[in-house]
Amino acid sequence: MDPFGSYKFAISARATNNQIRKKSQDGGIVSAAYIHGLESGLLDGVIVADKGEDFCAIPKVATTVDEVLSAAGTKYTTSPNLSVLKSAVREYGCDKVGFVGTPCQVQSIRKMLKYPVGYRHVPDKIALIMGIFCMENFPYNGLKTIIEEHCGIKMEDVAKTDIGKGKFWVYSKWGDVKTIKLKDTHPYEQHSCHVCMDYTAELADISTGSVGSPDGWSTIFIRTAKGEAFYKAMEEAGVIEIKNIDDVKPGLGLVEKLANSKKDNNGKERAHRKEIGLPLPY
Amino acid sequence: MVKVAHVQLSSCCGCLVSLTDTYEKLLDVLGAIDLVYSQTLADVREVPDDVDIILLEGSVCLSDHHALETALACREKAKILVALGACAASGNITRFSRGGQMSKPVHDAFAPLTEVVKCDLAIPGCPPSPESIVAVITAALEGDMDYLEPYAELAKYGSEACGCDLIVKVINKSLCMGCGACAAACPTRAVTMECGRPAIDKEICIKCGACSVQCPRIRFPELIEKIE
Ligand SMILES: Cc1cc2nc3c(=O)[nH]c(=O)nc-3n(C[C@H](O)[C@H](O)[C@H](O)COP(=O)(O)OP(=O)(O)OC[C@H]3O[C@@H](n4cnc5c(N)ncnc54)[C@H](O)[C@@H]3O)c2cc1C
Ligand code: SF4
Ligand code: SF4
Ligand code: SF4
Repeated sequence: MDPFGSYKFAISARATNNQIRKKSQDGGIVSAAYIHGLESGLLDGVIVADKGEDFCAIPKVATTVDEVLSAAGTKYTTSPNLSVLKSAVREYGCDKVGFVGTPCQVQSIRKMLKYPVGYRHVPDKIALIMGIFCMENFPYNGLKTIIEEHCGIKMEDVAKTDIGKGKFWVYSKWGDVKTIKLKDTHPYEQHSCHVCMDYTAELADISTGSVGSPDGWSTIFIRTAKGEAFYKAMEEAGVIEIKNIDDVKPGLGLVEKLANSKKDNNGKERAHRKEIGLPLPY
Repeated sequence: MVKVAHVQLSSCCGCLVSLTDTYEKLLDVLGAIDLVYSQTLADVREVPDDVDIILLEGSVCLSDHHALETALACREKAKILVALGACAASGNITRFSRGGQMSKPVHDAFAPLTEVVKCDLAIPGCPPSPESIVAVITAALEGDMDYLEPYAELAKYGSEACGCDLIVKVINKSLCMGCGACAAACPTRAVTMECGRPAIDKEICIKCGACSVQCPRIRFPELIEKIE
């Protein structure tokens, strides 16, 4: 099975700007791309998952650097980022929209581009599609159970969450760091994730995630001509620092292992659903 | 040259506006076709006999024999009959009509075209986007049946479209992952996202079908994966 989908090349990178790196999840690639886009005029509005009350996620159209920065970082809960796509074009009047989303959301925006039944005058306004790697997501109350009941931290006190080294990490605003084994979070996953075969956002222009690169760095796949042009512009502007993917540890091997394990497990789940007559997207 | 006609039954002209709202693409489309009938765009009284594609917008008033005759005639005259827009595809707002309107008080029954005659393709949406109309016409001109397959399926089975599809076909089937495509597609803002799932205000839903058509967890044709 093809683990990553098609891509032109892969690299390891991080934002050169300290302020971005401080606020972002990994190498700050999404925020750096967004900020570069807004500042250079390549983008005039970007969709983010903003932090709402009690660490929930709220999709938002950001048009300023501050808004991008305040929405940086991963929320391990559904943020229906496509829900604000039409308002980016209508209410905000954006012509060059940047989008970020999980692999399923990237599939969703690609479907909109090919079959834009209810999206009048939106398709030609999408300037950049960024995808973030994703193994699974949690409904808000699932996340809340993990954080409040298993880790003993109140949602209102959460500063950051992360997944790494086999654990789910919660950092509180007061400096506490709590973890729970990743396998103990499985019961709280949203079940629709179990039919998902895409780990690395195979249909994005540019995909990024933490796996494969050292802490504070990101693994990036450049997939399309549009993605390549945007990446080149970022490189030329010096907003990212780059390493050869073959020189970093643990490298693409680990990404491949995880992508394949997602495809294997969820492939079995799909076969099971089919067997008992439940529908799958077709 | 491929002969195309645009015919209207019970509709608001919104689909026609969408058809003409394709800007410069309309010129490409019009350049590639011979528009043989359109009440607004062409000075012709009768739909000619042999038309390659008829785009029919609006639902069919079953209490009006003229409407029925037009629907049947269009089916006979068209090689490809397209139910253009939600009224023709799934009934849309006309599903709620129950007569008593001033000028035609006895017009009380409206059915989507797809329920009255066999349609080859249906483009839902109220109105459908100009982009989708151009894409369908272009694919029909090129004979790209792969691309058209979802529209062909809607013509056959799509007439019950409603916001409830999201509950019944996606959430109840444990398929919704919370992307929000349905909410953005809804022209009446009947869909809001609550806790990462769509909530549908049935008082506002007009049954246009856009939400479930956009959902990638019902239909995700393989060709979407061809991104370059
Ligand atoms: C549910 C989930 C699961 C993930 N699983 C993995 C994994 O298994 N392996 C891996 O390597 N990476 C995973 N990631 C990606 C990783 O956590 C980072 O998002 C990614 O590396 C980007 O970091 P960054 O520093 O470049 O971006 P930043 O500069 O921090 O920007 C991240 C952007 O993503 C947006 N965002 C945050 N949360 C969401 C959300 N829930 N939905 C949509 N957009 C959001 C933010 O608004 C922000 O614009 C996951 C992300 C999510 C949301
Ligand atoms: S696992 Fe798949 S379906 Fe679930 S959030 Fe991630 S990309 Fe979406
Ligand atoms: S919920 Fe909205 S998009 Fe869906 S059928 Fe009703 S009006 Fe149309
Ligand atoms: S489009 Fe489908 S998968 Fe996306 S939020 Fe709506 S119902 Fe869920």
